[in-house]
Amino acid sequence: MGIRFAFFISLIAGAVVSYLFTGHPEPSWTVAQLDDYLLNILILMGINVILAVSLNVVNGHTGQFSLGHAGFMAVGAYASATITLLAGKSLLGLLSPLGLMAQPCLFVTALLVGGISAALAGLLVGIPSLRLRGDYLAIVTLGFGEIIRVVINNTDTLGGARGLSGVPPYTTLGWTFGIAVFAIYIVGTLVNSTYGRGFLAVRDDEIAAEAMGINTTKYKVTAFTVGAFFAGLAGALYAHFIGYITPEGFNFLKSVDVVVMVILGGMGSTAGVTVAAIALTILNELLRQTEQYRMIIFALILIVLMIVRPQGLIGDIGKLLPRKKGGA
Amino acid sequence: MNELFQQLINGLSLGAIYALIALGYTMVYGVLRFINFAHGDIFMLGAFSGLYLYNWIKPLTLGWPDMVVAVLVLFGAMGIAAILGIVIEKLAYKPLRARPRLTVLITAIGVSLLLEYLGQLRFGAAPCAFPTLVEPHVIQGLGGLRVNSVQLTVVVVTLLLLLGLRYIVMKTRMGLAMRALSLNPTAAALMGVNTSVVISFTFGLGSALAAAGGVFYASLYQAIDPFMGVLPGMKAFVAAVLGGIGILSGAALGGILLGVLETLVVGYSSFLGIPPGYRDAVAFVILILILLFKPAGLLGKTQREKV
Repeated sequence: MGIRFAFFISLIAGAVVSYLFTGHPEPSWTVAQLDDYLLNILILMGINVILAVSLNVVNGHTGQFSLGHAGFMAVGAYASATITLLAGKSLLGLLSPLGLMAQPCLFVTALLVGGISAALAGLLVGIPSLRLRGDYLAIVTLGFGEIIRVVINNTDTLGGARGLSGVPPYTTLGWTFGIAVFAIYIVGTLVNSTYGRGFLAVRDDEIAAEAMGINTTKYKVTAFTVGAFFAGLAGALYAHFIGYITPEGFNFLKSVDVVVMVILGGMGSTAGVTVAAIALTILNELLRQTEQYRMIIFALILIVLMIVRPQGLIGDIGKLLPRKKGGA
Repeated sequence: MNELFQQLINGLSLGAIYALIALGYTMVYGVLRFINFAHGDIFMLGAFSGLYLYNWIKPLTLGWPDMVVAVLVLFGAMGIAAILGIVIEKLAYKPLRARPRLTVLITAIGVSLLLEYLGQLRFGAAPCAFPTLVEPHVIQGLGGLRVNSVQLTVVVVTLLLLLGLRYIVMKTRMGLAMRALSLNPTAAALMGVNTSVVISFTFGLGSALAAAGGVFYASLYQAIDPFMGVLPGMKAFVAAVLGGIGILSGAALGGILLGVLETLVVGYSSFLGIPPGYRDAVAFVILILILLFKPAGLLGKTQREKV
């Protein structure tokens, strides 16, 4: 449900935003025509879409509750930044026969290292999750996120609390947009596949799912690993976009930001979550002048939404579209 | 050996504060089966209430003994926090009584953020100095042992509060109703227990204890800020789980154990080979270990989930 819709929405959103902001009579499709500020917002939007869609695998589709998404993002950011910072020069030298392709190759390597290290971290968190449910799991993932932060804070090779600076700015709108679309596509098809029905079964009734022969353990760990992989990619993109990362940037509040996106969009709806990530990135920019009210507004959104519309503002939007009969 | 005792005393006073917060988590979990994520922020508001109360009553009580002022501030802060806890429960959690636990958890995260950022708006982000309620001086004990009077007061008053709580829970009708509710809410309601009143009372009681913890914490560290409740709140939750969530004596035990362990890890960091910066990770490592090996907690009994 809704992958094509999410796809569509992100394309439209890109066009609309570029139209509105640049003031050109025609939508500007080429990156060169966008000004820097808009470009930055679009890249942030893409990163947030990746984060929200990946957290949705765990929190939405599988019905677990992770509060440690920023931790996975941190693993991805630090792992990839280590590659480009520490091994970047020598790797570029090795890749020099590729000419112009050398730098993209290095970036892909860094992205993959970021994603895979985060996935390993996700695997590690997934294992205790086998025995825990609901609120306990939420606290454990929160704990893992904090542990990752404390470890980075105390590791001198990673810059400790000072952070890593001078990360090369490899992230472009093309990379971000491409990976965002890739994330939406992979997550959407995974959840809609026969295999993916298992995630929904675990969410809807774990005991019943187990009784029907579904290996709930495997599904939960898979959800965590997939979610963490994409969070790692988002972290890697973020590191090569901002150029300067500190452990503080990946604290609990960053996780809450992503949770708000998922809840606002509707847990389990890829389309809804994509729209929410885009909308909240814009809201964040609009509230930049009144920074002290930003989190108060976020908190009120959470409280009111839970009382009035726990399924999310736009969670059932995909269902409004005509669907093929008998198919999914 | 002497150093060990010194560390134990430091750990005990920190643990007493964790225990006070953990009791609130455990009591709320007992009656409502959810984690009140905003509990750490009640702790923070308790400390700020103490500060404002002190500034307010100081000119009115010139010449009164320090002891009386300290007691007034402590009980005043506890009262304010109790009212706050009840109001929050009525506004945010009560409309969600029949909803899934995750919905309530998300609301609680929202309430927590709301209190923190409203606090930042009102009190500012910079730490505020907290007045000295108890004149700090060093008490010489046996064998060259030195105890800070503030630490000693914290431990003794905590002990008194715990005894008071035990009396309320075990000897009064309200306590009986609380125990009934945590055993079986439906049956308790059928037996004529006014669940709504009992839940409010539980929130009030838990919030008052957290506020006492806040005033103690502020007296020990003498600086308070709107985010001071985040880490102690999470650690106290770990303490509640460590002792067995829903069990009052477990929360007290878990809090004290956690405070002592954390202090020992920092105190003997070079000996253990763990940098002192890992202090905040201790609680979470304990949490993960306890949930992996004894999820019901030290004093809890394992319950099988039924369909």
